Amino acid sequence: MSRYILRRIFFLLLTVLLTSLLVFIVTQWLPGDVCRIILGREAGQGAIETCRQDLGLNQSLPVQYLTWLGDFLTGDWGVSFSTGLPIYPVVMDRLRNSLMLALVALVISIPLAVTLGVVAGLNEHKPIDSTINVGSLAVVGLPEFVTGLVLIQIFSFGLRDLGLPSLPANSSIPPGTSFMEALPMLILPALTAMLVLLAYIARLTRAGVVEELKQPYVRTADLKGLPRRTVTIKHVLRNALLPTITVIAISLGWLISGLVVIENVFNYPGLGRLMIFAIDRRDLPLLQAVTMVTVLGFALANLGADVLYGILNPRIRLGE
Amino acid sequence: MTVIDSGDGTILDIKNLTVAYQQAGEWLEAVREVSLRIQGGETYGLVGESGSGKTSLVLAVMRYLEETGSIRSGEIHLGDLDLLALDDNQLRQVWGKQITLVPQNPQSALNPSLQVGDQLIETLRHNLNLSQEEAERQAVEWLKTVRLPDPGRVAAQYPHQISGGMQQRVMIAMALCTDPQLLILDEPTTDLDVTTQAVILDLIRDLTQEQNTGILYVTHNLGVVAQVCDRVAVMYASELVEDAATQELFSKPLHPYTQGLIDSIPRMGDTKDNIQLRAITGQIPPIGEAPSGCVFRTRCPVAVDICLTRPPLYPAGESRYSRCHRWSDIDQGEISAHQPTPAAIPEPIKPDSGQHPDLKVKELTVHFPLLRSISDWASNRPSSEVRAVNGISFELSPGHTLGLVGESGSGKTTIARTIMGLEEKLSGSIELLEIPLPDKLSRRDLDTLRLLQMVFQNPEEALNPHHTIAETLRRPLIRLSGLSDSEAESRMVELLQAVRLPASYAGRLPGQLSGGEIQRVAIARALASNPELIILDEPVSSLDVSVQATILNLVGELQADLGTSLMFISHDLAIVGYLADQIGVIYLGSLMEITGPDDLFQSPHHPYTEALLSAIPLADPSRKGEPIHLGGEIPNPVDLPSGCPFHTRCPRYLGEICATQAPPWQVAEETGKQIFCHIPLAELSASQENMIAERSKLSN
Amino acid sequence: MTTAPKSPSIALDVAPSWWRRLSLLLRELYSKPISALGTTITLLFLLAAIFGPLIAPYGENEIIPSEARQPPSSEHWFGTDNLGRDVFSRVILGAREILVLSGLGTLFAVICGTLFGLLTGYRGGWFDEITMRTFDSLLALPALLLALLLLGTVGNSQYSVLIVIIIVYTPIVARVVRSVVLTVKPKGFVEAARLGGETQMYILIHEILPSVWPALSVESALRFSYAIFLVGSLGFLGVGVQPPSPNWGLMVKEARPFASLIPWALFFPAAAISLVVIGVNLLADGMKRILGTTRTSQSRS
Repeated sequence: MSRYILRRIFFLLLTVLLTSLLVFIVTQWLPGDVCRIILGREAGQGAIETCRQDLGLNQSLPVQYLTWLGDFLTGDWGVSFSTGLPIYPVVMDRLRNSLMLALVALVISIPLAVTLGVVAGLNEHKPIDSTINVGSLAVVGLPEFVTGLVLIQIFSFGLRDLGLPSLPANSSIPPGTSFMEALPMLILPALTAMLVLLAYIARLTRAGVVEELKQPYVRTADLKGLPRRTVTIKHVLRNALLPTITVIAISLGWLISGLVVIENVFNYPGLGRLMIFAIDRRDLPLLQAVTMVTVLGFALANLGADVLYGILNPRIRLGE
Repeated sequence: MTVIDSGDGTILDIKNLTVAYQQAGEWLEAVREVSLRIQGGETYGLVGESGSGKTSLVLAVMRYLEETGSIRSGEIHLGDLDLLALDDNQLRQVWGKQITLVPQNPQSALNPSLQVGDQLIETLRHNLNLSQEEAERQAVEWLKTVRLPDPGRVAAQYPHQISGGMQQRVMIAMALCTDPQLLILDEPTTDLDVTTQAVILDLIRDLTQEQNTGILYVTHNLGVVAQVCDRVAVMYASELVEDAATQELFSKPLHPYTQGLIDSIPRMGDTKDNIQLRAITGQIPPIGEAPSGCVFRTRCPVAVDICLTRPPLYPAGESRYSRCHRWSDIDQGEISAHQPTPAAIPEPIKPDSGQHPDLKVKELTVHFPLLRSISDWASNRPSSEVRAVNGISFELSPGHTLGLVGESGSGKTTIARTIMGLEEKLSGSIELLEIPLPDKLSRRDLDTLRLLQMVFQNPEEALNPHHTIAETLRRPLIRLSGLSDSEAESRMVELLQAVRLPASYAGRLPGQLSGGEIQRVAIARALASNPELIILDEPVSSLDVSVQATILNLVGELQADLGTSLMFISHDLAIVGYLADQIGVIYLGSLMEITGPDDLFQSPHHPYTEALLSAIPLADPSRKGEPIHLGGEIPNPVDLPSGCPFHTRCPRYLGEICATQAPPWQVAEETGKQIFCHIPLAELSASQENMIAERSKLSN
Repeated sequence: MTTAPKSPSIALDVAPSWWRRLSLLLRELYSKPISALGTTITLLFLLAAIFGPLIAPYGENEIIPSEARQPPSSEHWFGTDNLGRDVFSRVILGAREILVLSGLGTLFAVICGTLFGLLTGYRGGWFDEITMRTFDSLLALPALLLALLLLGTVGNSQYSVLIVIIIVYTPIVARVVRSVVLTVKPKGFVEAARLGGETQMYILIHEILPSVWPALSVESALRFSYAIFLVGSLGFLGVGVQPPSPNWGLMVKEARPFASLIPWALFFPAAAISLVVIGVNLLADGMKRILGTTRTSQSRS
């Protein structure tokens, strides 16, 4: 088990290292001269040279990378090109907002999705299964900006037009808003994110249940004379729900992609909106920081899922 | 719901049962009008090859058919309980309490994420209404009953932590602990090694002897039937063709199929030099494609016009039945499907033994390094490796056959693959025609590749499913033998003829061929380059018995014709004994004994060979062998035992010396066989006389 | 021990021609209503992409200021937008733009992914280790994030979107292909080909590739649907393709400020992209059922 966890941690470090290299190459090296971007086309040669000196761009690439990585790890994320403000506090505030949103979406969707998947899987090929299957396929195919706009149309404008209490279409919350204060603003964006997760997790849960039901040990349990409920709950679901942990971890990748779009639909001040802001302004240090924080979060969540899976699965816990 | 005995002691009564599967709107019959009765305390064997319908019959009896299957007609009574009248809830009252099952593969039949003990406790609690404490106590008791060492510890383990043999013992405990009326054993030892099988069979026999449980024992292995069952029903192409007491069935089979089946198993002591195996021609028809009339007529050597009408199940004496129109002719000895014993395969031209060997393997060692983990590295543990093959030496003379025999994990396949260049050796040397073979396949030129070919074990993966047979065979002809397209075309047809396949098969895809036919194509492909040596790795182990014989005969004949050297690898001592000129017995990557096939019944033997020989179930109910039980489990090849690798399980363990010193190679004077053991040969000889004498009777 | 007869599958038929396989596949797709729906939607959009200019009554950027903000009518089926462009024409012409961009991207990604997948799976060793670790780290970035990162630095143009699709999807396809190769490689027929002295190229193309096709075709369809999804989402975020392109996502973004005023300009492009993604998704799901493959990726956008 400790071997398994150490292996996971090793791969996490490797992945984060490689990804950071990738981010560095893409943001620092691909765009060409950063100083030209900062100072604009009219800047004189002397000014550019000073800037290069300041940013350490005259050093060799590996040194630049290591310096950059070291700075990042020590929390020295630099100053935004576009706003001139230190990046760290801004990103942390946005991260908090994004996590709030993600959390609400996950808390609602995971139990619901797993239930739907289990119901579908246990009723393979029956009408309820086909309905869930087609429904989830359709929802998976809906881009977040479409779902978001439809929800706004219904719960914001629609309810308002009917003279009923409606939900806000614009979720721009000021920095430092507490969770309870933000909650009403979170409902529509979270609902949008939830729909996507719901379909994805439900489909894979269903696949897992269908797969487990075919295993010979289910027959053994049936032939012990156990009631079908016991067979399902104690034997089938015990094995079928384990991989769901991994599924949820993978779905976080979806959630992150989805949040970028959703935050922009609802003007919600999370990392996703910050990222689009950084791209619009070609604010490279900001873009780096946002990407690195996201990658790190995603990787840590995956590590957590792997460890949890290992603890719950006796074949890994007690494996070689 | 309790079952009241129906009076005459019948536990299971199946009448005219027909089971069919729906496919593309049609009903295909997997079981046709089968009737059989099992008495209390009786062990009833159900024998059949794959596709015979025996599994469908079992599932129907358990009322556990898959959704596409259904019981079309007939009756099934358990005591006086009509099983077909039960709904799902009532069935669950019967399952586990009155009918239990031990399936083929225990590994997948146990829930991987529950402790073994819990799975047993659950059965006990649910069916016997025990308290948790009482169930726990009884569970450990049962684990002890099925002779598991340290039952308390095993109970707390998960299935993946114990061996296949131990898993099967747990399954047996689970099936017996509720004292069922009917116990169904579905090929319970098929996936196990022969020495483990012997232990499990003994266990089943001992545990069921005293009880009034009726047992339905399903298997394809006639040896097992002969040793375990009181009565036998033989199934072929969905029908029950013969039903008789075991003794009578083996001494005088009254259906041509049964005769053919019994004939086609190679017996210990048969060799290709003294007898040719009597195979049943043709192949088992797939479900739904059996001929009209008698289902066996297309393959039957004594079929006549009357066989075009469907025979009833004739009563052929007291409580025995045969579904053959001509059973009385067979009974009176007027006709027989026993073909006259065919002449032995003609002795191939074997050059004088003075010639250089074709293949010379010296001190071959193959280890597979295990990935060194970071925690190993952190705690400074050395990297470990699987020691698959450890210093094996042998020679193969031109035109000869070397048989390698060993159980799973013995390293026999690794030896083959290393010679072929599919694995890399650690040390030692391999010489082909006196020339050292490069390790890597990529370093061997086309001429070397041409000389060495291989036939693989699994027919399902032997041929590319997307290429026609012609494409598969043409390729080596062009690439290795350097033929032109038109030459390759005609040679391809010759090759098909050589392996007794019609030329029309050239345009088929592998999916349209049976397993036996695929192995023939695979042999033809190996022959295409006219090689010096062909290695056959378990080529018949996944084939049915009647098909096995055909392939073994074919291999023998081809070798006699072509003079190719063969290396034949198998877990089955009888098969290797039949084909080989020399036999190597392997255990844990080391050779234990090298012997000629005729000397298999001559003591002395290495204690491991002795155990192997004693463990093979004899296809003769009149003689119950006394298998030697090997204690413990096969050691992990990562942690090889010191000294003699067999010492941890050896029933003739001497002491210290076996555990500390590698044994010497002793050579027996009369036979020239070589034995890797500390025990003096004379001593081994003396103690093995009895077992050998008992076993060798069969060879006559 | 066989129990039930297996259902016949296309893969085991007598070696059929490509054309016959395609028509068999179509017939199977049309045997179930859901996959039939998916196939029909996909084919309709493909037709729109091919014959768009013939169908569209107006040019994509043909502005008729006098007819701006018109609701759907017989003249303008989907109404007109804020500037006075015909929404129906833009939606129809947008089909070509989005399908060509995602189709080409998918095609190249599938080619590169297949190549990498075949080579890494078959050769193993260091090459495999390094390539797959690099791909893992690419996949550690959620697809849209990677796309944004690349577009944010290399700049906005159709070509950069194309390159982004290739970079984002190559690792995904490579993984799927590699996993099939790993299961095929140890089989007897591949080892027999090695013992027959066949070159690596021959083995990969003639022995292994045929077994990869089913999983690869399903994965290609899936990738195609998510490529459309990705291009649309990028358009909505205003990254990548730039106005006045008739990218459906971009059209939604442009119509958004006037949502309550001219909802049709928002609705039709949104419906178009949803419909085509769902259609291709249903098609892929049907192919998965017919080709009997379970090996597909699990990543979206």
